[in-house]
Amino acid sequence: MALLQISEPGMSTAPHQHRLAVGIDLGTTNSLVATVRNGVTLCLQDEDGRTLLPSIVHYLPDGQIVVGRKAMATQAVDPRNTIVSVKRFMGRGLKDVAHVETMPYDFVDNAGMVRLRTVQGVKSPVEVSAEILKDLRLRAERSLGGELTGAVITVPAYFDEAQRQATKDAARLAGLNVLRLLNEPTAAAIAYGLENASEGIYAVYDLGGGTFDISILRLSRGVFEVVATSGDAALGGDDFDHRLFCWILDNAGISLPSDRDSRRMLMKAREVKERLTLDESVPIRMTLDSGDEIDLTIERDVFVDMTRPLVDKTLRPLKKALRDANLDPADVKGVVMVGGATRMPHVQKAVGEFFGAMPLTNLDPDTVVAIGAAMQANVLAGNRAGEDEWLLLDVIPLSLGIETMGGLAEKIIPRNSTIPTARAQEFTTFKDGQTAMAFHVVQGEREMIADCRSLARFELRGIPPMVAGAARIRVTFQVDADGLLSVTARETTTGVEARVEVKPSYGLADNEIAEMLQAGFEHARDDMERRGLKEQQVEATRVIEATEKALAVDGGLLSDAERADLDAAIAALRSAAEGREVRAIKIQLEAFNRASNEFASRRMDKSIREALAGHKIDEIRI
Amino acid sequence: MAVTLSDKAATHIGNFIAKRGKGVGIRLGVRTSGCSGMAYKLEFADEVLPEDVVFESHGLKVLIDPKSLPYMDGTELDFVREGLNEGFKFNNPNVKDQCGCGESFTV
Repeated sequence: MALLQISEPGMSTAPHQHRLAVGIDLGTTNSLVATVRNGVTLCLQDEDGRTLLPSIVHYLPDGQIVVGRKAMATQAVDPRNTIVSVKRFMGRGLKDVAHVETMPYDFVDNAGMVRLRTVQGVKSPVEVSAEILKDLRLRAERSLGGELTGAVITVPAYFDEAQRQATKDAARLAGLNVLRLLNEPTAAAIAYGLENASEGIYAVYDLGGGTFDISILRLSRGVFEVVATSGDAALGGDDFDHRLFCWILDNAGISLPSDRDSRRMLMKAREVKERLTLDESVPIRMTLDSGDEIDLTIERDVFVDMTRPLVDKTLRPLKKALRDANLDPADVKGVVMVGGATRMPHVQKAVGEFFGAMPLTNLDPDTVVAIGAAMQANVLAGNRAGEDEWLLLDVIPLSLGIETMGGLAEKIIPRNSTIPTARAQEFTTFKDGQTAMAFHVVQGEREMIADCRSLARFELRGIPPMVAGAARIRVTFQVDADGLLSVTARETTTGVEARVEVKPSYGLADNEIAEMLQAGFEHARDDMERRGLKEQQVEATRVIEATEKALAVDGGLLSDAERADLDAAIAALRSAAEGREVRAIKIQLEAFNRASNEFASRRMDKSIREALAGHKIDEIRI
Repeated sequence: MAVTLSDKAATHIGNFIAKRGKGVGIRLGVRTSGCSGMAYKLEFADEVLPEDVVFESHGLKVLIDPKSLPYMDGTELDFVREGLNEGFKFNNPNVKDQCGCGESFTV
C-alpha cells in the first residue's frame, strides 16, 4: 500500500507517476541523502535513525560489501580492504594522490584512474563510490516507497572534468539517474534560500573533515554564479583533532602509544573538541591498554590557541579567492558556513572578523549541502511550479586548452568562465601538404603541456593538401551544464570534422563501464521480474472486478452451467493472481478471456438491442 | 457525514504547513486515472475557492471540491509509518476495490 505525500497546489501526480528525487552529498568523510516531501526538505535516516553515512566501504573475502558505520569498525583490523576517503582518488592517477606512502592500500597504478587491490579483486574509485551511492539509493527508495526518478549529486566546485565524469560514472553504476551535478557551495547557498536574497556577493566557507574549500558566489536576478574557488585539500576538522591528540600525548607524558591506543585517543580528542564547542572546559580521562592513566582538563582558550594556526591557514585561500574575483571582504554580503568543523566558535569568530559580519550558521552545517541538492532535485524533477525555477551558473575551475607546437598549452576557455559555454579558435597546418592534425586537450593553468593535465587526444584527418598556413581549422570547446567537455575540430573549407567527448584518460573506458553494468544486470532482471508480476496482478484484479460488476447486472444472460464455468475461471484467476508466478497468471488470464468471451458478446448484443429498441431504422446513423 | 483527519494526520499537516510558511489548509479530491479508476489528490491549499466544501478538523481546514465529495464522504485521512516510509493513507468507506498499490480505487 503506497503512502501519499502532500503536493504543492496543482502538482498532484497521477498514480505511479511520482517524481521521487533526492539530493546526495557524496562527501570525503560522510555522505547524506535528502529529499523534499510534504513541502519540507529533510535528510533521510537509516534504520538506526542516523543521517550521516560514513563514506567507508569494506570488501570482505566472502564477497560481501559493507558500507558505512559497520565498515568503520573494521578500519583498524582490515585496513587494506576498508576504503576510506575514496573521494580523494576519484578521477586521479597515482601521482596525483598526496601521501600515498602513508595509506594502507595496495594501489595499482592504472593508466587512467588509480585502482585499489582488495580481497574482492582490483576496484576503481568509481566502483567504491558506487557502493556508497547504492546504499543511499536503497535508503531513499525504502523511505520514499518507490523508485527514484533522479538525483542531484554535489561535487566540490574545483572538481575537474575527470573528477566530475568519475562521479557521474559512479552514479550510473549505482543505478541512479543524475539530474545534474551541483557544486557544493551553490547547494549550500540554495539551502539558505539565498536565491531569494538581495543580489550581491556571497561566500561559502566549507571546513569538512579533511578538506577546506572557499567559494565566492555572485547572485544576480536569482541566478548563482561561482566567481572564484580556492581551498586546501589537506586541511580539515581532523587536523584539529590531531593537534589536540598531540597535546594530550605531551601533557600526559606518553610517547609512542600502540596503534590501538592512538586510535582511542584520537577518538577521545574528537569528542573533546566537539564538547569544547559548548563547554568552557572539558575533562579528559581514560586508561590506555598500556596501563597509562590520562587525567587532564583542557580549557577552551588553550584549544583555541593551539589551533589558531589552522584557522589562520584557512584565511589564506580565502584572500586568494577574493583576489581572484577582484573583491574585498567588505563586498561580501553574507557568508554561509558548511562542514561540521565550522561549529567551533573560534572558527566562526575568525570568519566573522575577516568579513566584518557574522556568518550564517542557523542550518546544520553537516546537512546543508544535501538539503540544497534535494531542493534543486525537486525543481529539476518537476515537482514545483514553474515560476521559481533556478538556472544555476557555475564556473570551470581550471582553464581548458589545447597543445600547440613546441609543447605549449593554448588556453581556449579560461578558468572561472561560467558554464554552459562554448568558445572557438582557429588553427592552421604547420607543413605543406599536411592532411592530418593531432589534437591534445589539456586542463590547467601552466604554460607547458607537461605541467597540465592531459584530458584527451584525437585526430582530424582528410584535410585537403594545401600550403602550410592555408587550412582553416576551427576548434570549438563546449562545456555543458554539468561541466563536461566536448571538443570539435572542423576544417572550414571542406567541412571534415572530428570530435571528442571528454571521457579523459582519467575516466573509465566504455568497456570497463559496460563490464560493471553487466554485474548490475542481475539486479535489473530481478527488478524487471518484480515489475512484470505486479503488472499481471493488477491486470487480473482489473479483469475480475469488471467481470463481477457485469455479472451483477447481466448475470441472467448465462445458463447456470455457463455461469458456473465463468465463476470457476474467476476463482482460478484470483488464486493465480495471489501467487508469485507471472506465467501462471498469464495462462489463467488467457483462459479467463476465452471463458468470458461468450458472455461479453451476449452483453454487447443486448446493449445494441437496447440502443436500437424503439427507433425507426432511418433514425440510426452509422 | 464529513471528511476528517486523524490525530496523527492533523499533527503532521499542521507541522508541514508551519514549515512551508504558507497555506490555508489542505485540499483533498479525486481524479479519474490510475490502474483502478480513481486517484486521490492531496495538496497544500493556498486559497479557498468559492465552490469548495470546507470541513474543519482539529482546527485545520480540509477543502474538497463538490464533485469529489461523493467519492470521499466519510473518509478519514490518517498518517502512518511503514518501516522507513511514512505518509498519508485514506480510510475511505466508499471504496469497493483498489489496485494493488493502493493509489487508485473504484467506488
